[in-house]
Amino acid sequence: MDVPISLTVNGKAVTANIDPRTLLVQLLRERLQLTGTHIGCDTAQCGACTVHVNGRAVKSCSMLALQVQGSEITTIEGLAPEAGLHPMQAAFRECHGLQCGYCTPGMVMSAVQLLADNPKANEEQIREALDGNICRCTGYQNIVKSIQFCQSGATPASA
Amino acid sequence: MGNMNEVPSGPIGKSLRRREDQRFLTGAGTYTDDVTLHGQTYAVFLRSPHAHARIRSINLDAAKKSPGVVRIFIGSELAEAKVGGLPCGWLIHSKDGTPMKEPAHPVLAQGKVRHVGDQVALVVAESILQAKDAAELIEVDYEELPAVIDIVAAAGMASSVHDDVADNVCYDWGHGDKAAVDAAFAKAAHVTTLDIVNNRLIPNAIEPRAANASYNKSDESYTLYVANQNPHVERLLMCAFVLGLPESKVRVIAPDVGGGFGSKIFLYAEDVALVWASKRVGRPIKWTAERSESFLTDAHGRDHVTKAELAMDAQGNFLALRVKTIANMGAYLSTFASAVPTILYATLLAGQYKTPAIYAEVKAVFTNTAPVDAYRGAGRPEATYVVERIVEQAARDMKMDPAAIRRQNFITTFPYATPVGLTYDVGNYAAHLDKAIAMADIPGYKARKAASEAKGKKRGLGYSCYIEACGIAPSNVAGALGARAGLFEAGEVRVHPTGTVTVFTGSHSHGQGHETTFAQVVAGKLGIPVENVEIVHGDTGRVPFGMGTYGSRSLAVGGTAIVKAVDKIIAKGKKIAAHLLEAADTDIEFENGEFKVTGTDKKVPWGSVTLTAYVPHNFPLDKLEPGLNENAFYDPTNFTYPSGSYVCEVEVDPETGKVKIESFVAVDDFGNVVNPMIVEGQVQGGIAQGLGQAMMEGCTYDKASGQLLTGSYMDYAMPRAMDVPNVKIATTNTPCSHNPLGVKGCGEAGAIGSPAAYINALTDALGVVDVAMPATVERVWRAAHGMTA
Repeated sequence: MDVPISLTVNGKAVTANIDPRTLLVQLLRERLQLTGTHIGCDTAQCGACTVHVNGRAVKSCSMLALQVQGSEITTIEGLAPEAGLHPMQAAFRECHGLQCGYCTPGMVMSAVQLLADNPKANEEQIREALDGNICRCTGYQNIVKSIQFCQSGATPASA
Repeated sequence: MGNMNEVPSGPIGKSLRRREDQRFLTGAGTYTDDVTLHGQTYAVFLRSPHAHARIRSINLDAAKKSPGVVRIFIGSELAEAKVGGLPCGWLIHSKDGTPMKEPAHPVLAQGKVRHVGDQVALVVAESILQAKDAAELIEVDYEELPAVIDIVAAAGMASSVHDDVADNVCYDWGHGDKAAVDAAFAKAAHVTTLDIVNNRLIPNAIEPRAANASYNKSDESYTLYVANQNPHVERLLMCAFVLGLPESKVRVIAPDVGGGFGSKIFLYAEDVALVWASKRVGRPIKWTAERSESFLTDAHGRDHVTKAELAMDAQGNFLALRVKTIANMGAYLSTFASAVPTILYATLLAGQYKTPAIYAEVKAVFTNTAPVDAYRGAGRPEATYVVERIVEQAARDMKMDPAAIRRQNFITTFPYATPVGLTYDVGNYAAHLDKAIAMADIPGYKARKAASEAKGKKRGLGYSCYIEACGIAPSNVAGALGARAGLFEAGEVRVHPTGTVTVFTGSHSHGQGHETTFAQVVAGKLGIPVENVEIVHGDTGRVPFGMGTYGSRSLAVGGTAIVKAVDKIIAKGKKIAAHLLEAADTDIEFENGEFKVTGTDKKVPWGSVTLTAYVPHNFPLDKLEPGLNENAFYDPTNFTYPSGSYVCEVEVDPETGKVKIESFVAVDDFGNVVNPMIVEGQVQGGIAQGLGQAMMEGCTYDKASGQLLTGSYMDYAMPRAMDVPNVKIATTNTPCSHNPLGVKGCGEAGAIGSPAAYINALTDALGVVDVAMPATVERVWRAAHGMTA
């Protein structure tokens, strides 16, 4: 028995009728075709599905879509203005903070939250705050560097 | 080829930022699960809950009536349709000359299940939830059988994983000169022995495996989107060995792939089942593994138990190495499983040393566990772990400095033919060892150790000087050794009328940044902007042919195929330019994107030549075809041999068993480097995986039931940001002598070299011979307190 839901996603009003078992990540990926949010596990461990709900980073695989009724959602697609990059996205590119790109959207969404919470986070605090996001490619060294680059407010040297 | 080691100027060697990042950072990447096809259905595989069981019956009645079910397939239907089993791509012969045992590897279970997660039924429904609901209603009557789990005990067990392999032994292989080794041991002044386990790992690319298969009635063709590292190989194996389809009717697309590490090389049952079923269902079928399925069914890595012995003279010169290994194949032979503990392992046991005699015996066994196959490094990490652990132990036994004993035994003249079948073309091992020692500040180590001891901690230092072999080659030699596939690479360079270029490569990028690196190579060769070069990969419908990406082969083999095609483009361009400039072909030189008449100021730019090729009004049509489009296949004459020296320094708290990596230095010789930023990233990631193996990761099955105890991210310890250190990285360079770019391969080195460096440092700190990997806090604490680790 489908039930109606309405919410705001990346600034746009969305309404849909959904199976009540639908997870937030399924709503985003399958109904709204926002496939930048990824699914990497089924135990809320890997963080590839991280989005912002009312300005807070959450794992969209562990919320039912119905729980975000009326909320404002930001996904990786809505982080930056059209055709541009958010400073965190630009920092990841500048510092080679991604390889296969699969964990990246969730990693970036978590990193944005991290600096919003603690703009002066030191390396240890950055690493601690990334505990909920698993990357298999980079060894995290350049992810940390990317976040520190964003923190510094520096402009990427190379386009 | 001219000077083989000449590096063209321009973008080559620069840390250009990656062009693929724009789409990955904005959520615009297209991974297999992002592909939605019109009218698609959803698949769920019902999997065995038992490690080993006979299937008495399967009742589908209730499941078929479940809402939304489209079709349910079980093994008997595939058998009736004569769908073959999955093939193994490498034939190994035992010491007695008999071929390895190749028991059937069914796409869906045929009467028996052989590991937890073995696929029993394919449920296709209108939605994923409906498919799951229906799968739960399938009644399978299992007769449980005793599970074979322990690899040391497997060969002697009464229970057989396969009825036609009674002793569970796939092969019992030998390599090297046994008599020479025995003779050397007989006259040795000292023999160092070591018993070690190379722990089983689960690859865990963050993108789970996924596939989406469809059948097109109009031209009777199939299309498979799949998370895969080598779409042409996937197609070849599936068409030729399993489904009996012409390749011309099957298109395999591996779009953006979220990490592979080896686990996405293989032809998996799910891919085949989906393709086969898509015609029967008449609609596209999509399947994406849940993480728990990835844990249960992705091919795992490593899993060796080894006894090694090193014979030395009184001065610590290595005389001979003897290695005996038991290797786990799992329940079935995965695509390249048989080659990993043999061809990719024993051939590397010389390491960087001139050990004159080496003999290895490898017994491969079947167990009721997931198949085991290539995982980042595939055989070379296991070989390096054996060599670098026993060399370190030899230094301790001989009371020699671990760096000195290595240096004393280093190969110093090249080319060097090892006693295990490889010929190293170039190398300078002392160069990276010296650099690593300098970067690790070894002179200051004594003081640091004293400082640690003063606060009740233990400090240790460990070296690992690894060798690795990338880009298996040449194909005819590999074939003689049992390979059932070629190991070349293909490339096509299509120059467009305006001078922009599309490059089609058989390599596949799933994190390696080929779209940037390969564009740098082509732009550098042609003297055109990198932005004008587009790299296409991962689609059998667009790329002429390919063998894919694994074994750190892409740039050395795939890049060379592209270079050869570019060379053909330049040669033809010269002929067009000669016509335009009214000069002889032989008088034209090509430099910085311009064709010039040697010794004059007469020249014509790249764009004029490319336009002339497609608008051939002023063109030597009597001598030359129009167009500018070239293909090349490249079969290397040898492997490439990256090598390096890693130095790890740890501090152990004996009270808690906690280990802190104080410093990790990696100096690698990858030959010439096209994009240093990307290479450094590969090394960082490889080291994180190697340290993961050494410190925390370990796949564990219950020895009695065969249940996977590490089946989720809550049980399997994946390295997280807090777990791995920043590493100090540098390179040295002896360019590869046999490819035009002078490149070797950097993708696996970190995972190959790092485990031994860490465990050597840890055992040095604790004053013990071994701490088994993963050296968890508990194991370290036990070792620190004199208990078995």
